[in-house]
Amino acid sequence: MLEDYYRLYGFVLMLSVVAVIVPTSMILASWLFQRLRVRPSKPDPVKEQIYECGMETIGGRWVQFNFRYYLYALLFLLFDVTAVFIYPWAVRLRELGPYALLELMAFVGILTLGWAYAWRKGALEWRS
Amino acid sequence: MVDVRLQSPLFQTTGELDAQEGSYINHLKATHTEQFPDPVVQVPEDLERNLMVTTIDALINWGRRSAVWPVSFGLACCAFEMMASAMSRFDIARFGMEAFRATPRQADLMIVAGTVTWKMAPAIERIYAQMAEPKWVISMGACATCGGPYYDTYSVVPGVNRIVPVDVYVPGCPPRPDALLYGVMQLHEKIRKYSLAHKRAGD
Repeated sequence: MLEDYYRLYGFVLMLSVVAVIVPTSMILASWLFQRLRVRPSKPDPVKEQIYECGMETIGGRWVQFNFRYYLYALLFLLFDVTAVFIYPWAVRLRELGPYALLELMAFVGILTLGWAYAWRKGALEWRS
Repeated sequence: MVDVRLQSPLFQTTGELDAQEGSYINHLKATHTEQFPDPVVQVPEDLERNLMVTTIDALINWGRRSAVWPVSFGLACCAFEMMASAMSRFDIARFGMEAFRATPRQADLMIVAGTVTWKMAPAIERIYAQMAEPKWVISMGACATCGGPYYDTYSVVPGVNRIVPVDVYVPGCPPRPDALLYGVMQLHEKIRKYSLAHKRAGD
């Protein structure tokens, strides 16, 4: 049992070794081909710039997203998880019986409380 | 004039970009009056070929021409024929080219499909500059090749070979996908001719 357990980690180790060797050898081969002048190497200031569909870029690479999207992401997660749980529950509702109905009521109730709290706190408002 | 392509950071507002864009297009119009010479690969007859070099050449050229990834670059109606050639009926995947890349960093081939306006010329120049070496260009259709029906207008580049050097010209208005595939095969023939001893790809 325990040996099986270690053997599974052995597979992960093998995969990790392959995952390191393959990209490293690709980069090394590329470097070697450049040394042998098989691969052309023509650095160019325009080539090294940011790619933006061929247009000249506006601003730098580091763009900050508005912090308020964080609240929207959290609320989206709330409703998303609700939907993920409700769909399989709805499919198996008859077999699961009234107990599952109560369970889901409690689940949705907790989420509704959280949603009401977010609403109350003004998380749904986009204030400047 | 300041080379606007090299500023860093390039622009802070769209207004600055708009102000520079027009002047750069006028600069392109004024300077790019001659065509780039076609990058022809000529194989000299009296080759001092040894077996080693030719075998390696064959291997490298086989690898290069078997996976020529095009950058998605549809400008006008020719782009629909290009898309059709990528779909199942004509199936450009037979040439290892089904991966139309959305970034020039991963592409070897630019298929200029359609009318090239002067407004678009800086973008073409920039995308070509940002492609990985070695790189090739197929000029698809009459408009990209010589301006086509818009030859004498103020807004259309009379031939994309004023902006970038073109390897293969595919005539037609628009060319059928078979014509594009024939052009691709001609490009493969060209790639087959590179040699480490005489003409290296990308030189």
